[in-house]
Amino acid sequence: MLTRLREGTPDAAVDGRTARAGAETLDAVGGAPVEVSGVAHSFGELRAIERIDLEAEPGEVVGIVGPSGCGKTTLLELVAGLRPPDSGSISVDGHDGAGERLERCAYMPQRDLLLPWLSAVDNAALALRIARVPRAAARARAGEHFERLGLAGFEGSRPDELSGGMRQRVAFLRTLMAGRPVLLLDEPFASLDAITRAEMQTWLAGVLGPDRHTVLMVTHDVEEALYLSDRVLVLSSRPASVADRIEIGNPRAPDRPAAVTSPEFAALKERALRSLAEGAR
Amino acid sequence: MSRVRKYAAPLAVILVLLGAWELAARWDLISNALNIQDFLVPAPSDIATSLWQDRSLLGSNAWVTLKEVVLGFGIAAIAGICFALLIHLSDTARRAVYPLLIGSQTIPIVILAPILVVWFGFGLTPKLVIVALICFFPITVNTLDGLRSVDPDLIKMMRALGAGRLQRLWRVEAPAALPYAFSGAKVAVSVSVIGAVFAEYVGSSSGLGHLINQAQAQLLTSRSFAAVVVLSAMAIGLFALVSLLERRVVTWDQGEVTRT
Repeated sequence: MLTRLREGTPDAAVDGRTARAGAETLDAVGGAPVEVSGVAHSFGELRAIERIDLEAEPGEVVGIVGPSGCGKTTLLELVAGLRPPDSGSISVDGHDGAGERLERCAYMPQRDLLLPWLSAVDNAALALRIARVPRAAARARAGEHFERLGLAGFEGSRPDELSGGMRQRVAFLRTLMAGRPVLLLDEPFASLDAITRAEMQTWLAGVLGPDRHTVLMVTHDVEEALYLSDRVLVLSSRPASVADRIEIGNPRAPDRPAAVTSPEFAALKERALRSLAEGAR
Repeated sequence: MSRVRKYAAPLAVILVLLGAWELAARWDLISNALNIQDFLVPAPSDIATSLWQDRSLLGSNAWVTLKEVVLGFGIAAIAGICFALLIHLSDTARRAVYPLLIGSQTIPIVILAPILVVWFGFGLTPKLVIVALICFFPITVNTLDGLRSVDPDLIKMMRALGAGRLQRLWRVEAPAALPYAFSGAKVAVSVSVIGAVFAEYVGSSSGLGHLINQAQAQLLTSRSFAAVVVLSAMAIGLFALVSLLERRVVTWDQGEVTRT
């Protein structure tokens, strides 16, 4: 499997086909169904989430868009079991205990949160080290993915020597290396410039297709959500509820520029933007 | 060039002060003003002479003091870090031990030192107790602050990756606390020397404090000043050593892990 990766072209990071071939080497765990029903959450007096239902099947990407401060991040933390909901129920792979959910979800926070005293490869391998994989083996397993992520040669670099986009990719790899069936991505590319973000979306589309992860992705970029997701939930402003639920017919098309400029895509985008505007009222 | 410029200013200030002191002492300005015997006010050159002539005496006594400082500091560092970890990990321990921690800083060393001499004699033990007691508080409090300084989002991320309490401590909180622990250590090491000398002053048969005590009884003021110079050099040297170690260990930008 390693040799196959090495055969990849240098620009494999943005080539969906190569990414697909390499995706089998990600600790392929398959997805797990996620079900959220009637979940509400408050911070003291502040009602953050009114009522949210969502479901995601293995291999599905559910995009979550909404106005800022509407509780998108809180929703992911609730699913991951990092916070208890006030009411409603959440299950991941049929388990509803917070600890059991935490074991099945890999949460990628908004900020990269790399540890400044660890090299890029050690940051990427953090989940493996936590799982008590010996240092050399953990480094080797995380290091296999550096070329595909466009990080080759930066294994030993400290985070402060990496660009914003590279840091984000290391953080993404750290999330993948956790080997969990459910990925919770919190604005994964928010800090990247538009061009890098488009590249990362194409790359992510290539990885997510065959990998069968279940993905919940929070973003404030409607286009990103519509391109990458099987289903997009548009949330209203605080307290959040589902303002619209948009099913996407042909998610993650390999030719991104064509996909995001098609008339169907434009129609979906108009619908999403209108729902957003209505939900924000 | 920049190295020269960096040291030129402080060096000039020190030289000017020493020069002024030298002249004032030579011309008996200070002793006349204070209406005391002129041999009680040594000039810097007298102190330098004493440093050279008494070098073996100063050296052997400095060695005694250095051992007390390093051992006492070491005990305090180990105990302080253990205390900080204990308090950080357990709320019960915090409630139980925190008053003790504050209390350790409120004990008047001036009262305690003679009692320790009565209990433990003129040997090493009472000095270690005093030095450790002085060093313990800054190390513990700073380390504890460091352990609690970690960005809560980092802790959340670690939990999401499956890290339990001890893994979070070992992989995130402990490294994040290192710069704080070093700050505490630097404060501690600079005051530890004073603690050691005071402990010797109260009761001992060797050490720089003992030497100063004897020199003053014999009105050998230049020797006491020479001992003080050695003492200062020791403290500065230890401080520099801790700073050097800090620069070697803490090579990252700490701003990335502390809560904002």
